[in-house]
Amino acid sequence: MIELLWLIPVLPLLGFAINGLFGPRFLSRRAIGGVACAAVVLSFLLSAGAVLGLGHLDAVAAAGRAGLSVDPEAHRATLTLWPWLLLGKSAAGVDLRIDWSYTLDPLSAIMLLVVTGVGSLIHIYATGYMAHEPKPAFARFFAYLNLFMAMMLTLVLGANLPVVFVGWEGVGLCSYLLIGFYYDRMFDEKTKMSCADAGRKAFITNRIGDVGFMLGMLLLLSATGTLDIQGILAKVGTLPVGLCTAAALLLFVGACGKSAQIPLHVWLPDAMAGPTPVSALIHAATMVTAGVYVVCRMAPLYRHAPAALLTVAIVGGVTALFAASIGLCQNDIKKVLAYSTVSQLGFMMLGAGVGAFGAGVFHLMTHAFFKALLFLGAGSVVHALSGEQDIRKMGGLGRHIPWTHATFAVAWLAIGGIFPLAGFFSKDEILWGAWQRSPILWAMGAAGAFLTAFYMTRLYILVFWGKERFDDETRHHLHESPRVMVVPLAILAVLSFAGGWVGIPAVISPGVPNFLERFLAPVFEAHAAGVAIETAQHAPGLELGLMLVSMLIALFGMFFAWVFYDRRPELPVQLAGSARGLYRAILNKFYIDEFYGKVVLAPYYALCRASAWFDRYVVDGVVNAAGYVTLGTSYTSVGFDAYVVDGLVNLVGYTVRGVSWVFRKLQTGIVQSYATAMVLGVFVLVSVYLLTSSH
Amino acid sequence: MPVPATHVLVFSLLLFSIGMLGVLTRRNAIIILMSIELMMNAANINFIAFSRQLNNLVGQVFSVFTIAVAAGEVAVGLAVVLALFRNRDTIYVDQVHIMKG
Repeated sequence: MIELLWLIPVLPLLGFAINGLFGPRFLSRRAIGGVACAAVVLSFLLSAGAVLGLGHLDAVAAAGRAGLSVDPEAHRATLTLWPWLLLGKSAAGVDLRIDWSYTLDPLSAIMLLVVTGVGSLIHIYATGYMAHEPKPAFARFFAYLNLFMAMMLTLVLGANLPVVFVGWEGVGLCSYLLIGFYYDRMFDEKTKMSCADAGRKAFITNRIGDVGFMLGMLLLLSATGTLDIQGILAKVGTLPVGLCTAAALLLFVGACGKSAQIPLHVWLPDAMAGPTPVSALIHAATMVTAGVYVVCRMAPLYRHAPAALLTVAIVGGVTALFAASIGLCQNDIKKVLAYSTVSQLGFMMLGAGVGAFGAGVFHLMTHAFFKALLFLGAGSVVHALSGEQDIRKMGGLGRHIPWTHATFAVAWLAIGGIFPLAGFFSKDEILWGAWQRSPILWAMGAAGAFLTAFYMTRLYILVFWGKERFDDETRHHLHESPRVMVVPLAILAVLSFAGGWVGIPAVISPGVPNFLERFLAPVFEAHAAGVAIETAQHAPGLELGLMLVSMLIALFGMFFAWVFYDRRPELPVQLAGSARGLYRAILNKFYIDEFYGKVVLAPYYALCRASAWFDRYVVDGVVNAAGYVTLGTSYTSVGFDAYVVDGLVNLVGYTVRGVSWVFRKLQTGIVQSYATAMVLGVFVLVSVYLLTSSH
Repeated sequence: MPVPATHVLVFSLLLFSIGMLGVLTRRNAIIILMSIELMMNAANINFIAFSRQLNNLVGQVFSVFTIAVAAGEVAVGLAVVLALFRNRDTIYVDQVHIMKG
């Protein structure tokens, strides 16, 4: 089935085209939902087939197919579809060409299955969740969702960085479109932020990261003469460390934007303006993990640049701890989950940063399961409460929506890191990797894990336990979600419970090999030869001890939250009062948005205003001056014409008129005057005659 | 004792002057016509005076013609004055000055 790899992103793209073009007018709701879900489910089946095909690549290689190149050693198949960008020859005479090609190896296989699998469940869930929307919005929603799937699959399958980048930008676009799905509604009354603003914030913040990604890409192109990922990774060993560090850091800037790492994390909490299935699919399970995926994809590059790798680890650790602390004080059910997502992404980055790429990918997978489940559960809760998202107005819901409650509880235990649920294994592998690198990083991770257990327990207790704090009107409408929403929850709950069992570490189950580690080995160890990795000699006692410690930490976190929010609800208020400054800082998300507003946006706006001023008065001034000069010249010309040329002509007329006026006055019409003149004339003539004629 | 021609000429000159003054100064059209008559008769006297002086009868014939023509002239002139009065209610010539520039 590997030769059908190209079909995997095409199917959702077809769904997008059908729903986008015909959905609003010609299709029924059932047809729209059916097309969208069918596209993704078929994609999932094809992905599963392709991944199974990875096991016997030798047969594929023997069969031979145009465009399909196979590397059975690395468990990698690359499908080249068509030449895309032909850039001519480089200065060194290397032919620069970029093909549109897809690659399938164990890493992209895991991503593929997670994206299409979780994506399918969320699509099915969304047909129920969005059922109350007007039909055009319903069609638009599924069209965007399918477009997102197509782009995400392009990102995951891309064999070279430009193809990955197309997917990378595409998912950013879909994220923007879906965050602003309710573009006419207000998202945050306090800051007057509309849903469209939230979408814009996400898009623009991501663009900052994208610039880094693109610069990194260009740096690698100029250094290695290729953008093919395997081609770059093959040449990493020959590159200077400084260049590797620069490229790795630039790519990491992109990853920071997409995966909401500090300092570019600000968009993700506001991305909750989108509908809940979007939050689950894009802002928890798949898109935000793209940054982690790219870092893991370029693992050999990072291994070659220890400084960059350490940066990744520190940023990840700080993000994990910091976002978790903000999560403590949030009251919007989706925002708690959003900060939790930021924090968990920090964990994944921490895993990648300490060199435990496999652990990062493992956590990416389990996190996709339990965080999607949490979001969908939250959606179910919000759905049941007719749109209420404030956890202070919930409580006691366990009795009313038992299925949501049960599945949410599984996700809660999974994210908390309780044995033997999925989160325990992946988180523990990351912490073990961090310990091997530095106990400080381990401490950051462990503190983050403690806070995670605490705020998730707080959320769980405030929503499902205790007194009912909603009003009677809401109680009247309270209902468990329809089956189409509950079934995906149940499947995700099973995955959240058992999903971690693919990566059980050897210390717990000696003799049973770690399936995931073996599966990913060709990706992360192929290029590792020759680069020293600090793999401390296995100390089973230490590893088991740390496991126990992290488990105790999680239990402590849960216990404290139980005491705080169930047994003695007055304690959090007292604590907030006694540490007022810290509490306010956390409540206001450490004033990061305000800081950006003052330090980045305010000078930027000032620059904009200055430019506008320059444009209005200087540029426009020059143009206007030219206009005024022309105008003045033409006024002069008009004046000359009117007064000089016309004046001369008129002067002739006036003269004639003046002279004739004089003569006209002589013509009085009184005959006697004429006679008088005649007589006088005769008199004068006779006088002249007499006086001048000499005798 | 015959009257010398010079006396007649002076008399004719006075008569002509009186007539001319009447034409130039009076407003009444009938009086103007009468003044013209005076001037005409002054001319006639001149003709007769020179006729006697020169013993030539042509002068006297001339004045008879002149008197006949003057009669026609007066007939036409009075008709004009009558027509004027009927049309414009006045025979003052200074009030009839429609032919001006």
